[in-house]
Amino acid sequence: MTFTYDNVYVKETSTIAGPYEKEGPLKKYFDKTIKDLYFNEKSFEKAEIKMVKESINILYKKAGLNKKEVDVLLGGDLLNQITATTYGAKNASKCFLGLYGACSTIVEAMIIGSVLIDSKKAKKVIATTSSHNTAAEKQFRNPTEYGAPKPDTATFTATGSASILLTDEESDIKVESSTIGQIIDLGQNDANNMGKVMAGAAIDTLKRHLKDLNRKPEYYDLIVTGDLGKYGKEIVKDYMKKEYDMDLSKNYDDCGTLLYDLKKQKECLAGGSGPVCSALVSFGYIYHEMRQKKLKKVLIIATGALFSPTMIYQKENIYSIANAISLEVV
Amino acid sequence: MYEKEIKGKNNTGDNMTKEKYEKVAKKHEVKIPKTKNAIIAFLSGGVIGLLGEGIIELLCLFTHISRNSASSIMIVIIIFIASLGTALGFFDKLVTKFKCGLLIPITGFAHSMTSAAIDYKNEGPIYGIGANIFKLAGSVILYGIVAAWIFGMIRYLLGGNI
Repeated sequence: MTFTYDNVYVKETSTIAGPYEKEGPLKKYFDKTIKDLYFNEKSFEKAEIKMVKESINILYKKAGLNKKEVDVLLGGDLLNQITATTYGAKNASKCFLGLYGACSTIVEAMIIGSVLIDSKKAKKVIATTSSHNTAAEKQFRNPTEYGAPKPDTATFTATGSASILLTDEESDIKVESSTIGQIIDLGQNDANNMGKVMAGAAIDTLKRHLKDLNRKPEYYDLIVTGDLGKYGKEIVKDYMKKEYDMDLSKNYDDCGTLLYDLKKQKECLAGGSGPVCSALVSFGYIYHEMRQKKLKKVLIIATGALFSPTMIYQKENIYSIANAISLEVV
Repeated sequence: MYEKEIKGKNNTGDNMTKEKYEKVAKKHEVKIPKTKNAIIAFLSGGVIGLLGEGIIELLCLFTHISRNSASSIMIVIIIFIASLGTALGFFDKLVTKFKCGLLIPITGFAHSMTSAAIDYKNEGPIYGIGANIFKLAGSVILYGIVAAWIFGMIRYLLGGNI
């Protein structure tokens, strides 16, 4: 499903990043970074909630708005019952909608926000997301201090929170179009190789987006996928070339590989993941480059793995989804 | 309302099949260096064993306790060191380096309990630590007992001493 929009604009973005992201190459694009994973709180979950609060506060400050002016806040995260977002977004807007699309949540929120604005149901919408390395690790894998050996294909959940303010008032960046993804099941079941699990969804959404709008990959200055990591990224390039004869070698990258210096930061293995991974790169680095007019047309494809530890233990496959949104400099 | 803008009618995702995808994706998989990991684990696990044996010998040498009591004390010492390592936050880094050599001996058992306890301390002593401390170690205890029973039975049936 692909929509195009005429009157949806990006007013402002905000990013707050964790200690590992601070060591990465994109440090200068973040509004705020935190020194340690606790962020002066007692638990990792509370630290994530505080990051959500901070990112929303920074967004309001940067946009010069007060909280009564925003119609809806949309967002989600990885914690059970999306608690980081709900606890963090208390009193942050007139209304709230909690969403879950795993690591694709931010684009899901942006699409719903854009539709609300485009249909004139809302004037100002905030989309927000967050993830926390050790809070996610605790929930999805072993205890955080356990540190069981992982293969190189495993990804590293990014820590941070990022928000974006969409409005109907003209600004220099507009939301041009979006494609809603479908649930993809390619028989994958390795939680330590999420790049391979999700690359299929990214390929499917990218292909349908280009087909629906009758575009070639060259139309975009940059196409980024959310959190496939260095191996998943190669699958996308390879498959697009082989099956559809589309060359992505010049203008395609993956947020998971952009967020960290993978040569130096060995602990990040194949690259970053988590809902905030694509959001930090898009709202930090990409947004900055678009404001500077160095990038004019960008397609962000946020990829998510739809599963739970319970379903893995019950021998079910890991499904995936990818949602795409295109931003253009006006 | 958006009918006119919905251009993608074909929602089946072209012709991507599991087989086709797997063929391309397989090329980008990384082999886990199993032999290398096994050798590292063998050596690091061996070092733990050596350390344990050394402690027993020292205890026997300097105190006048039996070898049996010395090995119990050795286990307590090793558990203490491992748990302290977990609490101070460097044991997990050692595990990443020395692989399962540190997880299989008693050090790993202690580590699995301490790490779970640290993780859930915020949820309180009952629903947090109490309910989760055996999250990983529970399986070890259960199947350890089952295995002990099976091997004990085999030994008994073969006429060995109990």
